[in-house]
Amino acid sequence: MQLIFEKSVPGRRGVRLPAGDVPAAPELPAALRRQEPAALPEASELDLVRHFTNLSRRNFSVDTNFYPLGSCTMKYNAKALEEAARLFAPFHPMVPLLPHGASYSQGCLGLAYELGAALAEITGMDEVTTQPLAGAHGEMTGIMLIAAYHNAKGNRKKYVVVPDSSHGTNPASAAMVGYEIITVPTAPYGDMDLDKFREVMTDEVAAVMMTCPNTLGLFNPHIKEVCDIAHDHDALMYYDGANLNAILGKVRPGDVGFDVIHVNLHKTFGTPHGGGGPGSGPVGVKKQLVPFLPSPRIVKYDDGCYGVDAPAHGSIGRTAGFFGNFGVMAKAFAYITMLGRDGLIQVSEQAVLNANYVMHRLKDVYDLPYDQTCMHECVFSAARQVKNGVHAIDIAKFLIDRGCHPPTVYFPLIVKEAIMIEPTETESKETLDAFIAAMREAAQLAETDPAAFAEMPRTMPVTRLDETKAAREQNVCYFGC
Amino acid sequence: MSTAGYCPNTPEEVREMLAAMGASSIDDLFRPIPPGLRARSFDLPEGMSEFEMLRRFQSLAGKNAQHLSHFVGGGYYDHLIPAVVDHLAGRAEFYTAYTPYQPECSQGTLQALFEYQTAICRLTGMEVANASLYDGGTALAEAAMMALRITGRNRLVIDGAVNPFHREIVRTYLSNLDVELVEIGPKLGMEDDLRLRAAIDDATAAVLVQNPNFFGSVSDFRKLAADAHAAGALLVVSAYPVALGLVESPGAMGADIVVGDGQSLGNPLSFGGPSFGFIAGRKEYIRNLPGRIIGETVDKKGERGFVLTLQAREQHIKRHKATSNICSNQSLCALRGLIFLSSLGKEGFAELARLNHDKAEYAKKVLGSLAGVEVMNGGVTFNEFTLCLPRIAEEVVVALLKKGIAAGVPLSPYYPEMERCLVVTVTEKRTREEIDTLGRHLEAILCS
Amino acid sequence: METYFTKEHEWVKVKEGVASVGITEYAAHQLGDVTFVELPKVGKTVKQFEVLAAIESVKAASDIYAPVSGKVTQVNEALDERPEIVNEAAEDAGWMALIEMADPAELQKLMTRDQYDEYVRSLG
Repeated sequence: MQLIFEKSVPGRRGVRLPAGDVPAAPELPAALRRQEPAALPEASELDLVRHFTNLSRRNFSVDTNFYPLGSCTMKYNAKALEEAARLFAPFHPMVPLLPHGASYSQGCLGLAYELGAALAEITGMDEVTTQPLAGAHGEMTGIMLIAAYHNAKGNRKKYVVVPDSSHGTNPASAAMVGYEIITVPTAPYGDMDLDKFREVMTDEVAAVMMTCPNTLGLFNPHIKEVCDIAHDHDALMYYDGANLNAILGKVRPGDVGFDVIHVNLHKTFGTPHGGGGPGSGPVGVKKQLVPFLPSPRIVKYDDGCYGVDAPAHGSIGRTAGFFGNFGVMAKAFAYITMLGRDGLIQVSEQAVLNANYVMHRLKDVYDLPYDQTCMHECVFSAARQVKNGVHAIDIAKFLIDRGCHPPTVYFPLIVKEAIMIEPTETESKETLDAFIAAMREAAQLAETDPAAFAEMPRTMPVTRLDETKAAREQNVCYFGC
Repeated sequence: MSTAGYCPNTPEEVREMLAAMGASSIDDLFRPIPPGLRARSFDLPEGMSEFEMLRRFQSLAGKNAQHLSHFVGGGYYDHLIPAVVDHLAGRAEFYTAYTPYQPECSQGTLQALFEYQTAICRLTGMEVANASLYDGGTALAEAAMMALRITGRNRLVIDGAVNPFHREIVRTYLSNLDVELVEIGPKLGMEDDLRLRAAIDDATAAVLVQNPNFFGSVSDFRKLAADAHAAGALLVVSAYPVALGLVESPGAMGADIVVGDGQSLGNPLSFGGPSFGFIAGRKEYIRNLPGRIIGETVDKKGERGFVLTLQAREQHIKRHKATSNICSNQSLCALRGLIFLSSLGKEGFAELARLNHDKAEYAKKVLGSLAGVEVMNGGVTFNEFTLCLPRIAEEVVVALLKKGIAAGVPLSPYYPEMERCLVVTVTEKRTREEIDTLGRHLEAILCS
Repeated sequence: METYFTKEHEWVKVKEGVASVGITEYAAHQLGDVTFVELPKVGKTVKQFEVLAAIESVKAASDIYAPVSGKVTQVNEALDERPEIVNEAAEDAGWMALIEMADPAELQKLMTRDQYDEYVRSLG
């Protein structure tokens, strides 16, 4: 399919702009004036509409396909959330930062504050900042808060500890804050090896970053002990909220012993993934970290009005421009408002039920490295199929031809040929049964005709793509920009 | 069982599923969780229908001042958004998809982002761009870290006329690293600022500037670029994208890395987010770009296709040695930006920029002619300018808010010595009538 | 000319006190199509088993460790243009750097070809 640039015809225009109602200003001096207008597309509005409408039809999406991407929580995105967010489109974020501006922004300040309060209750934390713009951004913010805590206490800390099953953003975020990483292997029972963990824990460790349930979908039975050991060394416990969908209403990281957490609104709280963003990664903290929270900070006064606090002395400063990805926050708050207490509890129950059902119905045909009750996601290995030359990626391409977006493959890194399946609570038994049937068919085909996978997928606009060529040629812009 | 959580399974289906697993109840499945770790409280209100939720949210939105006349910027701008942007970005296949890790079933997102990268390169005059970052401020911080990596040096010089919020974000990002950040106090008219050029030495990784700057001044950075390059340092420019319809591109002025905020390109104000940050650079720096990058390639049949590329830079492969921790981009917001730029097109975008400039020049005349009011910018401005008032700017802003006008950004919180200064922004959405009304009200307030 | 091997899958061949180093066929195979080799700067001094270089493929990134201590005297610039040479001939034309050895006795800490093959077999 042609690029919009290839479809351009010189002189074609899209939208008509309003006429100017003031005198034309003189030209800019030559040194400052743009010599050549930017070579943007020249297309009619109909050209545009056809182009992007047809482009969109080349995508799988939750609204069109089952999308069991492990670790991503691809649940249904309620359309009412979109309507809720639209209500706040016209509001300017600078207004509450003007003198007396807060009184002109009570609705938005109130929403952001109450969302923070709801998230604090859901996660068992003392206060939440909505400023971080994505999960990884929240992780970085959280580690910065931890660094500020240690600096204020005069602690000399060098390391952050992560399990080897962790998501790459965990060590990457800690490294961005200047820490060195210590990685602890996973024990045969499926979570961080407690003995090896004890060995690496010294007073020089600033924090331990955990996901619970972990990236294998398993709840760590020793998590409380891990927290205690960390606290004995005045290391803080960081909770990566990517897997919160499994424990809503059942467990609160704050109760378990975590000091800092982030949540992913675009995962757990039903806001759409947008093809890779925007997300939102609010960060929750226990009392001792509140003085360091990023500014600006939204506060609620005794009279019920909301305001913006003056920058606190200990604050780590700004991690983003204003109060966070407000449009995403509005959707998440609408989701929490609609579901309420019982709805949120139902989410984790159904998510865990669906994942266990899939696990149970596939464990006879795919290797299950950790054969125990899982939570909201389960991890298989294509090890058995690899014996016939069929890899996890081949199973993925088979599923595409069946109209199903593949599960996550090759993550977590500790499982060879990993296939990570997270159905989410919004999928029906019917959909799961169809998926199970397709997976079983793939396993069968891997026995009877392994060579057939090489041609898959066959039903998409493109067949398998040459990623090596892309990396070697680095063509990232049309026609030599 | 209610469908509050959009959970479709009926009690009958739940029973069947439990039976298939040999579990007697859902509680069984939660048994691996030690009882002592169960939630101590989960005190949330009861749920409600979408209709009740929307009624409540409408009332909440109503608690914000409606229809303020926005003459305020601060990095976020009140621009027109063509109807096609919402319509096309609202296609569910775009917004309910995820990161295009399986390229064969994600060519829609991948091709759109490739087109976006192309548009950004053309706008900024650079050779390579990524598939977007979170916002303009974090993009500037990422560019700073990119320059540190490329040069292997650990000193940065930043112009005090860069947006104060962005400078704060850069400071926050660098606070735990062994990096020296030198801030050069701002001059209003940035042309040929000798102090900035003098601050560059051979330990400097990069000089960071903004065009137009926070006060609205437009500068020629060619001399600064030359000085930076002579010292082996990079020039990083944060650019307001709409200005690039009229002002020369940072690439043409010698920039090495260009960043900015894409909110002005088809993304609503929405109280500060989501928007997107863009980053573009010279081709030789591509391996040091943070975030996702889309590359062109072919499939087995020789058909053109697009994939995520150079992933070895990113956190999911390099982990703690990655160029950045960033995972998601702002895909949907970048898509809106692309559709916006395509809808305006080559001529329309230049026309949009001219409209902004014309109206701002008119406003400058109207407001600058009031008794005691001075325009501070010595030279060229685009659509923002700084006024010096005979009164404390914050007081004037308070009085004008009461008239339904957000008149500008008073500078005292960011530049304490400039307490009578106000940065006024005029976009294509401000009518002549609104500008005249602002003039009248301002005159009345200054006379009172 | 003897070739020695490390546990991290680097090889080293020595000729008149100068060591040439690269990664093994096995490592190249594990990586998949090599897309980039980050060669060290000429003149750089390294200690045995410290990071010498880095290599990237489409799906992976790996550090390359110096099999011996010394000073880098030359690098294989052909890999800048065609990193795929590493896949074609990892243990020959795919050499990465020449190191002027500080201490030839360090070679004793490394494996012979037979020992390395046995080691690779044990990795399964």
